[in-house]
Amino acid sequence: MWRFLTRTILQRLLLLVFISIISHAVIHLAPGQPTEVDPMNPMMKAQDIARIRQAFHLDDPFYLQYWHWIRDLFSGELKSFKDGLPVLPKIWDRFCNSLPLFACTTLIVWTLSFPTGIHAAVKRGSRYDRATTFIAYALISVPGFFLSYMLILAMVQLFHMPVIGLRTFGSEGSSTMTRVMDRIWHLVIPSLMAALTGIAILSRYVRSQMLEVIEQDYVRTARAKGLDEDTVIYGHALRNALLPFVTMFGFLLPGLISGSVIFEQIFAWPGLGMLGYEAILSRDFPMILTLNFIAAVLTLVGILSSDILYALVDPRIRLE
Amino acid sequence: MANGAEAAIPPLLRIRDLRVEFETDAGSVPAVRGVDLDVHAGETVALVGESGCGKSVTALAVMRLMTGRVASGSIHFEGKDLASLAEPEMRRVRGAQIGMIFQEPMTSLNPVFKIGRQIEEVLVLHQKLSGAAARTQALDLLTRVGIPSPEQRAEQYPHELSGGMKQRVLIAIAIACKPKLLIADEPTTALDVTIQAQIMALLKSLKDELNMAVLLITHDLGVVAHFAERVDVMYAGKLVEHGSVRDIFKRPAHPYTRALLGALPDPLKPAKRLEAIPGRVPSPAMLPPGCAFCARCKHAFEPCQAEQPPLLPITAPHVAACWLHDPKRATTSV
Amino acid sequence: MTTPPASTSRAEELGAAETPFQQVWRSLRKDRLAMAGLYVLLGLIALALVGKLLTEWWVVFDPATVRLPDKLRPPMSHASAALAADQVPPFGTYFFGTDELGRNVFARMLQGSFVSLSVGIVAVSISLSVGILIGGLAGFYGKRKFGFVSVDALLMRVTDVALCFPTFFLILTVVALLPPSIYNIMIVIGMTSWMGTARFVRAEFLSLRERDFVTAAQALGLPEWRIIFRHMVPNAMAPVLVSATIDVAYAILTESALSFLGFGVRPPFATWGNILADGRGYIFDAPWLFAIPGTAILLVVLAFNLVGEGLRDAMNPRLRKRAS
Repeated sequence: MWRFLTRTILQRLLLLVFISIISHAVIHLAPGQPTEVDPMNPMMKAQDIARIRQAFHLDDPFYLQYWHWIRDLFSGELKSFKDGLPVLPKIWDRFCNSLPLFACTTLIVWTLSFPTGIHAAVKRGSRYDRATTFIAYALISVPGFFLSYMLILAMVQLFHMPVIGLRTFGSEGSSTMTRVMDRIWHLVIPSLMAALTGIAILSRYVRSQMLEVIEQDYVRTARAKGLDEDTVIYGHALRNALLPFVTMFGFLLPGLISGSVIFEQIFAWPGLGMLGYEAILSRDFPMILTLNFIAAVLTLVGILSSDILYALVDPRIRLE
Repeated sequence: MANGAEAAIPPLLRIRDLRVEFETDAGSVPAVRGVDLDVHAGETVALVGESGCGKSVTALAVMRLMTGRVASGSIHFEGKDLASLAEPEMRRVRGAQIGMIFQEPMTSLNPVFKIGRQIEEVLVLHQKLSGAAARTQALDLLTRVGIPSPEQRAEQYPHELSGGMKQRVLIAIAIACKPKLLIADEPTTALDVTIQAQIMALLKSLKDELNMAVLLITHDLGVVAHFAERVDVMYAGKLVEHGSVRDIFKRPAHPYTRALLGALPDPLKPAKRLEAIPGRVPSPAMLPPGCAFCARCKHAFEPCQAEQPPLLPITAPHVAACWLHDPKRATTSV
Repeated sequence: MTTPPASTSRAEELGAAETPFQQVWRSLRKDRLAMAGLYVLLGLIALALVGKLLTEWWVVFDPATVRLPDKLRPPMSHASAALAADQVPPFGTYFFGTDELGRNVFARMLQGSFVSLSVGIVAVSISLSVGILIGGLAGFYGKRKFGFVSVDALLMRVTDVALCFPTFFLILTVVALLPPSIYNIMIVIGMTSWMGTARFVRAEFLSLRERDFVTAAQALGLPEWRIIFRHMVPNAMAPVLVSATIDVAYAILTESALSFLGFGVRPPFATWGNILADGRGYIFDAPWLFAIPGTAILLVVLAFNLVGEGLRDAMNPRLRKRAS
C-alpha cells in the first residue's frame, strides 16, 4: 500500500512536471505577446531579482522563464500581468465563489442520476425507460447555453425573479433572512441548470452499468436463493454496479475549473471559470498557466483518489 | 415418464408437456418443445444432450429463472404447479425446497460479499435464523462441503478462492436449507478434471446424506454413468430417449443416443476412432417438420422427414422417439 | 438412408450467410430512434451540400446581403417594398426572418449547415487519425523498447499528459492565442479529443493481437502492415465508428460553446453556433434568432447521438441477444 502510494505519487509528480513544461511551451510558442496587453513590463531589466520577478522574465530564454514561473508559483509571489496582484490569493477568492456552485451542482447530479438510471435499467424497455432515454439524449444534445437561456427566460417569466449573479442587485439592505434566501435562490437555479446535462450523462452510465450487472451469473444465484427482487437488485446487483462510479468521483475534481466557464459566463458568476476566461482574454500568462497547472494537479489528485477509493470498495483490487 | 409401475407414489417433480419460448426478431422461437420429465424423491436423474438442446432452459424453467416464457405445460413439485405459482410463493420454493448450482462457479458468487455472508443470507431468509446461529450453521456447511478452515474461508471474498472451492461454496448455499431437490446445471464443466471428480463425489455423498433428489444436467456421459439412476436424452428441445442408466448405456435405442455414446472413448476397449456426429443441431428458429435429428441421422427413412416421432416404448420404462421403433413403419431392424 | 431434406440445410445456410454488416443493419433498422436520427443526418448532409451550392456557387440565397430597412423581421414575413431588386430574398419571403442587419436567416442557416457539419467532421477526422495512430502504435508495437521505456508506456504517458489538461480550457487558450480561423478551430477541437480513441484502439489492438486469426496471419508470414491494416484495423473499427459518430456531435456543441464565448468561427463564415451566439442579444426582441439555430443544433446533435448509440447497441452482440 505505502509502496504503491509513494510510487504513484512520484510518477504523478513527474507527469506534472511534463504537463507544466508543455503548457508553458504552448503558451509561449503561440503567437501573440502578453506585452501587447501591458507594454510596461518588458522595460525592466535583469539587474535585481525583485524587479526581474515583476518583469515576468520575458526576455529570458524559455527554460529560465519556466524556472522563474515555477519558483514564483511555489513561493506564492507569482503576479498577474493584468493588475500586478499575486495570482494565488485571486484564485483562492474565485475558488471560494466557485465551490458552492460546484458542490451544489454535483450534489444534484449525483442524487438524481442514480435513482433515474437504476429505475430505467430495472424497467428496461418500459415507457419510463424509453422516456428517460429520450429526454437524456435531448439534454445531452442541446447546447448548454441555449438551454440555460431558455430556462432563465422561463424563470424570469414565471417567478419574476432574477437569477443572474451571486445575489440580487440592491438586496444588501434587506433582512438577513431575505438575503440568505436570495443567495440560495441564486445558487440553486444555476446549479440545477448546470446539473441537467450531468444528470443526463450520468444516469445513462448508471443505466448501462446496471444492465450489465443484472445479467451477471451471481445475480441469478441470488435469485436462485429465493431472495425477493428488491433484495436481488438493491442488495446484490447495485453494489457491483456502483463500483465504477467511485472512479468517476475522482474525475469530478477538474470540473471545478473547466466545466464552469460557460455557466459562470451565463450567470455572471465570478468563479474560477470566469477568472480563466478573463485571463485568456487579456493574455494573462501567469494566471492561465497557474490555472492550467491547478487543473492538472486536480486531475492527477482525482485519478489517485479514485484508485484508492476503488481499492477500498472493491475487494478484488489491491494497490500494488 | 408416466408409466404404471411408478404411478403409485407421485414423483417429487413432474414436468408435463413443457414448452418454453423466446421472443426474438422473427417471432417466438421454441427452446423447449413439450418435455415430460419425472424426478422421484431421492433419485438422481440425468438430463443429457449437446449444448443448445434446451436442457439448461428446462432446468431453469423449474426454478422459473429463465429469460424465456413458459408457453404451456405444467411443472408439478410436491403437488404445486410451479409454472403458475405466484412469485412470492415461488420464492419460498427457490433456495429452500429446490436448490440449484450452476455451470460457472467463477462468476456465480457475488464478488463484493464475503463467502460467509453469502451462505448465511439464505439461512436467514428461509430458516429465519439469527445472525449467530446462521454463522454457526454456515461454518458447519462449509465443513460439510469439504472446505478446510471454514472460519477463515467465511471471512474471504470469492476472488480469493479457486474454482473448485467456489463450486463447493455454491453447493453449500444450494443445500443450506436441506432442499428435497437439487438441480445441478453442468456443475463440473468449467472445472479441472481432477476437481470434477471431487465435486461429483461430494454431490453424491451429500445426496445420500440429505436424501435429496438430484436433477443433473450435463453433456458428460461419463458423469451420467457414475451418478445417475435414470437418464433423459434431449435433442433440439425435445426428449428423444428415456430409460435407466443400464438401458441407455447397454441398449441405446435412439440413433442420437447411440451417436453420443459413439463420441465417447471407452477406456476398456482398445482405442478406436471416435465417431463424430456429422452436421450440427438445427437452430430452434428453423426446425424441420419431422424429426429434428433426421438431417444428421444415418438411419433416416421416409417418415422421419414428414412427421415427428412420439416416444415409442422399447422395454418399459425405456422409451425412444424414433420411427425405427414403430413396428408399423420400420422396415429394417437396427 | 436418405439425403437430408433440402429445406433444412438451405435454411441453415441462409442463417449463416448473413454478414456482420447485414446483422448490424437489421438490428439498427428496428431501432426507431436511431433510424429517425439516420434520416435526419442524411437530410442534413443533403442540406449542407445544397446549402453550399445555393449560397456560394450559384447564389440563390445570399447570406451576406445587408438590408437595414428589413432588420429583425419575424419568420415568414415578406420583404418590404423599399428594397432594391437585388436585395429581395427568393420568393420575397424571409422563411426564418432576418437578423439585426437585415440578413436572411434562412440563407445564413443554409450556409452554416455546411460549415457546422464540416467543423464536426474535420475535427473528428483529425482526432480519429491521431487516436488510431497513437493507439495502434501502442497496441501493436507496445512491447518494443525505445531506449529504456517501451513504446506502449511512452505513448500512453503522452496520452495521460493530454488527458490532464482541462480540455475546454485548453481549447479556449489555444483558440484565443491563435489567429482566428475556422481551420484552427477544427484542428484544436481535433487535437484535444483524440485521447479516448487512442486508449480504445490500444485496448482493442492488445486483445486482437492475442486472437487466433492474427496469430495465424503472423504464422503465415504476412507482412506487418498487412496484418495491421487488413486484419486488425477492420476489427477495431466498429467501436471506433460508434465513438466517432458521438464525437461529431460533441464537436458541433464545442463549436457553438466557443462561439458563445466569442472565440468561434469568425465572419464571413456563418455557423449555427455563431448565429445562435449572436442571437442571444435579441432574445426578447427577436426570439427566432435564438430559437431557430438552437433547435437546429439540438436536432442534429441529437441525431448524431441517437445513431451512435443505436450503432453501439446494434454492434454489441450480447446486448442484441438480450434485446431479442
